[in-house]
Amino acid sequence: MIHLDLSKYNELKDMDIGYYKSFTRKMVIFTVLFSFIPLLVVSTLSHHYFNTAYKEKVVAHINELAFKHKQNIDNFLNEQLMNIRTLAHSHDSSKLSSETFLRQVLSVFKESHSSVFVDLGVIDKTGGLVAYTGAFKLMSANYSETDWFNKAKEREFFISDVFLGLEGQPNFIITVKKDEIFLMATVDFKAFSSIVEDIRIGETGFAFILNRQGNLQTLSRYNVVPSRMVYRELISKASLNDNVAIFSNFKYLGKKYVYTMIPLKGGEWVLVLQQEVQDAFSKLYTARYIGIAVFVFAVVGIIIIALVVARKITKYLAEVGAAKEKMHERVRETNKLASLGELAAGIAHEINNPVAIMVEEAGWIGDLLSEEEFQETENLTEFKRALAQIKQQGARCKDITLKLLSFARRTDPRMVNVQMNAIVEETVKLTRQSFKFRRVEIKANMQPELPTVSASATEVQQVLLNLINNAVDSIDVSKDDGLVEIITKNDNDHITITVCDNGQGIPNANLDKIFEPFFTTKPVGKGTGLGLSICYGIIKKMGGDITVKSEIGQGTCFVITLPQSD
Amino acid sequence: MFGGKLLIVDDEAPFVDTVSKRLIKRQVNVIIAYSGQEALNKLKSEPDVVLVILDVKMPGMDGIETLKHIKSQYPLIEVIMLTGHANVETAVEGIKYGAFDYLMKPCDIDVLLAKCEEAMTKDLKTL
Ligand SMILES: [Mg+2]
Repeated sequence: MIHLDLSKYNELKDMDIGYYKSFTRKMVIFTVLFSFIPLLVVSTLSHHYFNTAYKEKVVAHINELAFKHKQNIDNFLNEQLMNIRTLAHSHDSSKLSSETFLRQVLSVFKESHSSVFVDLGVIDKTGGLVAYTGAFKLMSANYSETDWFNKAKEREFFISDVFLGLEGQPNFIITVKKDEIFLMATVDFKAFSSIVEDIRIGETGFAFILNRQGNLQTLSRYNVVPSRMVYRELISKASLNDNVAIFSNFKYLGKKYVYTMIPLKGGEWVLVLQQEVQDAFSKLYTARYIGIAVFVFAVVGIIIIALVVARKITKYLAEVGAAKEKMHERVRETNKLASLGELAAGIAHEINNPVAIMVEEAGWIGDLLSEEEFQETENLTEFKRALAQIKQQGARCKDITLKLLSFARRTDPRMVNVQMNAIVEETVKLTRQSFKFRRVEIKANMQPELPTVSASATEVQQVLLNLINNAVDSIDVSKDDGLVEIITKNDNDHITITVCDNGQGIPNANLDKIFEPFFTTKPVGKGTGLGLSICYGIIKKMGGDITVKSEIGQGTCFVITLPQSD
Repeated sequence: MFGGKLLIVDDEAPFVDTVSKRLIKRQVNVIIAYSGQEALNKLKSEPDVVLVILDVKMPGMDGIETLKHIKSQYPLIEVIMLTGHANVETAVEGIKYGAFDYLMKPCDIDVLLAKCEEAMTKDLKTL
């Protein structure tokens, strides 16, 4: 049997390797792009929506926090204010102006309000201090020129900004108007400031209070408080009606901060919560990092998968391509074999001419040897024998070329629709004629109404003649019941022609080589070893196949398969 | 051997040379040419050529072409085609154009001579 050897399909040409490499590259780029683009879109969208939603949530939280602190501070201020107002309203002016009374009240306050009030005093409407008790020695003070007094004298009650008092201490003052006098209490700045200082938001958040001019009204424990310029800018940006104003991404010293501002004291002060953006949106950042990690992981995954898949597919295609290439090579080879018949004529010419010259030169030597002077030569017989041998071998060369040429001779390679049974019948008749002196029966067993095949009739006949000749040759001359049988059969979309003999059979070792050119088992000078290879070439050229089965002592069968014509 | 000259035409010089020597040794009056054109020239200068042994495959003017010229100018000259190229068609084509017969190389000198004589006898018969 003839096998197409497809096992070595890794031998690819350079050109093909280049093609497959660029194919892999294109496939990787294509796959990555087409997976990457939707991934990017989905990631961006979800990032955007998550960002928005989360920021809203954080802002709402800060809002709530700010309100809570505002209430806290407001409560504190209101409480202090209420204390002073209650004091003012429950006593008449003359009693309030008594220093002894004030001292008693202050000591009561100190016991019950944890020293929030530093002092108590009474000022007349011109700003002159009428009575005073407390930490400072202020008896002769006049406040008529102070900013806070000018504001305070217009109102029922007043809470001043923080200012450096006459003694150089930061403090703020609560005043309540009572008839013609003002009751005044200085609030311990530290007690107030600590309410704000103690506010903590996240890890980096803290709070402070600014007035409208951008001056700090509380202390801050941190050095991260920006300059007044920054606060002025912040305050100018905020429309501080009752709302919380939030600015994020406000950059200061290379860090981004989120500022939350909420008005206090009817808009005179602003409670500012400052927090690093990184901290405020820490969960958002964590989510973002996770998102980026997932995204990178997905991209890497896509690239790896694209590479692996592309390589696998390319490898598969390359294998298929190589197998196909191998098959094409085989087809080309058979085409080469098929044209061997045509080559034969040229070869014959190239061989016969030099052989003819050799034979003639030998003949000429022979002629000269026949002259008298050589008749006495000792080796004359040897010379003559050698010359005869040269002549004989020359004739042998000629014979070989003639046999070779018998294949090329008068064949018409054109493919037509042929009725195989007719060809078989004719061939059988022909061979019966030439083997009439051999005790071999040549029998045709044909399936009637066989479909036609597309083939060259003369070439098919050559193949059959060759196979039948071989079959007859394989049968021992001494055998009486030699049989060569030709069977035609329709088999699906092709027909088969089987040539079987009951000859000596072909050894297994030779079966594989039987269609190779110049392979012969016949004695030297008897066969060219081209017959079967030319048969193989002819049948392959017609799109068919020829296989052989043989058993020693039993016989040999050649099976030709030819496709039916359309 | 026969009353006239024999012209051997072949592009294979050693072949022509040796065959002519062997034929001369056999008392044949031989002249030679190495190409079709040279053969036609020889025929012009040697009027007593009666037989031509003509190689089929030659460069330039090939055997068949030369044969046509010979037959058209000297219809009485017999031509035997000699070919290393065993293509029967060409040889047969030669016969169609008036060659007497064809021989295939390598060819025994005696066979060649016999063929020559046959050609000459035929000539005599027709005469
Ligand atoms: Mg030649």
